[in-house]
Amino acid sequence: MSIGFVFLVVLALGGLAYWLGRQRGMAFAVAGGARVGAVHSRPQYHGAFVAIMALLPAFLVLAIWAVMGEGLVAREVLSGLPAGAVGDSDLERSAFLSEVRGLVRGDYAAAFNPSAEGAASAWKLASARYGLLFASASLALGLMGGLWAWTRLKPDFRARTRVERFMMILLVVASLVAILTTFGIVASLVFESFRFFQMVSPIEFLFGTQWSPQTAIRADQVGSSGAFGAVPLFWGTIFIGAIIAMIVAIPLGLMTAIYLTQYAAPAFRKVAKPVLEVLAGVPTVVYGFFAALTVAPAVRDFAISIGISNASSESALAAGLVMGVMIIPFVSSMADDALTAVPASMRDGSLAMGATPSETIRKVMIPAALPGIVGGVLLAVSRAIGETMIVVMAAGLAANLTANPFNSVTTVTAQIVALLTGDQEFDSAKTLSAFALGLVLFLVTLALNIYALAVVKKYREAYD
Amino acid sequence: MDRQGAGVRGNLSAAPTAWGSDQMQARIRRRYRQERNFKAMGILALMIAAGFLVFLMVTVIGSGWNSFRQTQVLVPVTFEAERLGITPEQARADPRALSRANFQGVLSDSVERRFGDDAALVSDGAWLALRKAVEADPALIGTTKEMWLIATSNIDQLSKRQIDLDADETNRPVNDVEIAAWGRLKAEGKLRTVLNMTFLTSADSVDPELAGIWGALKGSFLTLVVTLAISFPVGVLAAIYLEEFAAKNRWTDIVEVSINNLAAVPSIIFGLLGLSVFLNTMNMPRSAPVVGGLTLALMTLPVIVIASRAAIKAVPPSIRDAALGIGASRVQVVFHHVLPLALPGMLTGTILGMARALGETAPLLMIGMRAFLTSVPQGLTQPATALPVQIFIWSDNVSRGFVEKTSGAIIVLLVFLLTINSLAIYLRNRFEVRW
Amino acid sequence: MTTQAEGGEGPVQGSSRPKMTARDVRVSYGDIEALKGVSIDVSTEDVTAFIGPSGCGKSTFLRCLNRMNDTVASARVSGEILLDGHDIYAPDMDVVQLRARVGMVFQKPNPFPKSIYENVGYGPRIHGLASKKADMDAIVEESLRRAGLWDEVKDRLQDSGTALSGGQQQRLCIARAIAVNPEVILMDEPASALDPIATAKIEELIDDLRGRYAIVIVTHNMQQAARVSQKTAFFHLGTLVEYGDTREIFTNPKQPRTKDYITGRYG
Repeated sequence: MSIGFVFLVVLALGGLAYWLGRQRGMAFAVAGGARVGAVHSRPQYHGAFVAIMALLPAFLVLAIWAVMGEGLVAREVLSGLPAGAVGDSDLERSAFLSEVRGLVRGDYAAAFNPSAEGAASAWKLASARYGLLFASASLALGLMGGLWAWTRLKPDFRARTRVERFMMILLVVASLVAILTTFGIVASLVFESFRFFQMVSPIEFLFGTQWSPQTAIRADQVGSSGAFGAVPLFWGTIFIGAIIAMIVAIPLGLMTAIYLTQYAAPAFRKVAKPVLEVLAGVPTVVYGFFAALTVAPAVRDFAISIGISNASSESALAAGLVMGVMIIPFVSSMADDALTAVPASMRDGSLAMGATPSETIRKVMIPAALPGIVGGVLLAVSRAIGETMIVVMAAGLAANLTANPFNSVTTVTAQIVALLTGDQEFDSAKTLSAFALGLVLFLVTLALNIYALAVVKKYREAYD
Repeated sequence: MDRQGAGVRGNLSAAPTAWGSDQMQARIRRRYRQERNFKAMGILALMIAAGFLVFLMVTVIGSGWNSFRQTQVLVPVTFEAERLGITPEQARADPRALSRANFQGVLSDSVERRFGDDAALVSDGAWLALRKAVEADPALIGTTKEMWLIATSNIDQLSKRQIDLDADETNRPVNDVEIAAWGRLKAEGKLRTVLNMTFLTSADSVDPELAGIWGALKGSFLTLVVTLAISFPVGVLAAIYLEEFAAKNRWTDIVEVSINNLAAVPSIIFGLLGLSVFLNTMNMPRSAPVVGGLTLALMTLPVIVIASRAAIKAVPPSIRDAALGIGASRVQVVFHHVLPLALPGMLTGTILGMARALGETAPLLMIGMRAFLTSVPQGLTQPATALPVQIFIWSDNVSRGFVEKTSGAIIVLLVFLLTINSLAIYLRNRFEVRW
Repeated sequence: MTTQAEGGEGPVQGSSRPKMTARDVRVSYGDIEALKGVSIDVSTEDVTAFIGPSGCGKSTFLRCLNRMNDTVASARVSGEILLDGHDIYAPDMDVVQLRARVGMVFQKPNPFPKSIYENVGYGPRIHGLASKKADMDAIVEESLRRAGLWDEVKDRLQDSGTALSGGQQQRLCIARAIAVNPEVILMDEPASALDPIATAKIEELIDDLRGRYAIVIVTHNMQQAARVSQKTAFFHLGTLVEYGDTREIFTNPKQPRTKDYITGRYG
């Protein structure tokens, strides 16, 4: 029994429930006559009440089925296999399962893995059994809910109040998702980091300068312990995101905003702003590709031409430059807001003294807008250090503690990606260190955001 | 005239300032020069930003448009029944028997017969075209047919003039034998360039000439369906609650702060959340669009909530008062009057959030959507990849064929993003109501 | 207009030629004509008040006198405005210099978010009027003295200008205007945002400054115009209705429209 079919059946059940409830409500209305107040709620609310009570439990079961069903079936099929039929790694298992799935659907006529034929029939059986189980549970609960609701209908039954209360609960639940997400982020990061810090001391992690997160395959392997000193990562992140990128983005973004707000004709502004928005809308993976393919080789060639022989093709400079360009529209729009918030009277005051526009901007507007601009820059820094794809593709993974922009450095985000993609067991210090890095990243960006938003808010209030 | 503090001091003499003096004139000229320079710096900054965009587009389109063209070689294919291991009768009786037939053998025989075996000219994946031909017409078995088959990536690149022929053989990806063979084919008119349907209809492959974006595109689509289905209703309902019903207290403050901060949390953190909660705790399938969609939904949610709240705020209170005044309940006021008026704004915000989700890569890497998949995903729980992730996977590959494919995929992604954003702008302009 | 004042008209004035002369000045914003041909003379000996109902064009005209209308993209100005006989809209007129010579004080006090010292020193610094720190100190002190603010702020010159009270801020803005040694000071309703005591101080200050600078003040407060000015111009709907001695205008207006306005029939 497919989930889509059951979904339609449940919907039909809901429709039926609504109709029955409404009929009953209309019967009350006829019996009550035209007297206002004889029947509390209008018929459609009776219908909606019954429908909600029928649909709610049914959909709940369906959701569980949709999310967990395939996993349950796969687990059962795998556990039913003879030992050694499939390799132990995730990759082999998922390849095997996708072959089984292909067989079940009839995409493949013959199986490559001999166990797959048997597994395919086991799969069919298991998924049919689970399907029947979930489908009947869903329908049964739906029927019970609807029936119970229907028996409760009376002329003075406050169906509208119930329905509206249900709506309110829905609204509250929806608004709770945000809190749950925040909580989920904090809880999962803290929990996994805690496990990491049981293996590696936080002092070593935060202040160590050696980063080579290998875990040993054999116990006697050289360097089996691995080193988890994250300082080179923090430095690389700051070097690329907060230094090089900002050296590019702050002057360009600020000057762009100044030109657009203070000099450009409205018609030009109307064209230029969307161009900047396009720049802001380009996915970071595109910037990353561009950085790796075009900018990085150019930077390396340049470095060699000025006599730096050990220039890396994955340089901090290439990643930082491209990240800076990516941040320009962000800095520009923050600076734009900050400059526009400066009262026109201040600008007029300076112009009326005989100051030129540029003197007015440099000596009056920018000092006046400074808190807003600083807040915007901090938000930009927070965004730059959390940016992943550009550094993954252009900055490399070598954890160097260097201030040479032509050298390769690595960042927190690049390491998280490197640590968590590919094959790995979940409990190793190597994998868990990614969560510790994530926790640091989360806390730093959070602090930057809260501080920056407070600065910007205070600034806005000063000129309101 | 006696004035307070009448002592004339400093430069504030009764005489007017000597504006005409050479010194003053020079100073004014210098100030105007500064003014011009400053303004020029503004234009320059804007030009650099725009220039970068143009440079990026030119680079991407310049190398990417070739991925929409495919080079094909004309090969006389002999469908020997023996080599195939299948007769026309068998093929007619049971089409599934074709999947056991040895088309690869027939292909390599035909190619070798025609060109010799010193240069790879026809893609290994071309046998699929053979099978398709026999599927359509089993009578082909035992006959010879001239067929246009996909060329190898090297021949393809030669045809598209992407190879520097003057370079030393060791420094270029194509050897002299291939160049010679290509030259012969070209002279004989056995090469043609057509629209690359393989690129648009197939999934990933180890061979650049067989790789396509359809699998990734469908993965992106499935992922975004889940994202939309969750983040839009939840986001709108949350916005309604916060804007229309929530009492101003400590609790709603916490919700507010959470939403505002979530909007600025790096996307990779959401990936870690997805990995830890959906995969490791809830045991949901790895690499699946449903997990990717859930993860991106959590990321998009704050964007939608913030946009929806702004849209609700823009609905004037007079409309609420009017509806309340005729006896509507607060829920009715919101759902009958406020929501329809705020909907365009909410939709615009949602579309922009979806555009951002479509371009997002990092969180999907965390939940394993970096898989190398040669088949197109068929459902929400099956392994899939997404378009930006596909770009990332291909970008690792240095062969010219894949560089071209990467740029091609970027073009497709940018076209989609541009379409989505234009839709948002259109909606905003079309339904914008001024109160 | 019939009652345009010609230079030298009226017995009160001395024989000096007018500081600024406007002839047939018209201003339009897009399609809207805000000023429909105004001609007027301003001399150094008198304080000139522009009165009239809101939207009558008096502020627009004031902003033409130091070309502050240039900052409004849609504004178009025609006619002739002379400062010491030179057309201020002529191509060779430098707007930076012009604004240094024709200073302006705005309706709302607008000190820069800098120290009191820097607020006053801003103009001399950009125009290069002081080469040494001592010169600058002297200019700042003298300007603040003339603005009657010195005794109140001399001990806290490094405090922010925005920390002063409203009336003090406005006097700071006047000191700021004085510091560049202007020849004309334009005041656009300088006391309208202030309380009566602060207003009285500003009016006293205007009286003190008379004779040293040509002062033009826009006001919608007729008592104020009567108190501080020697000449009054009445604007209505973009035209200059009547211009003459303040006493004359207030006691014996020639135009019925002026009379109606002054006696409070409209406003």
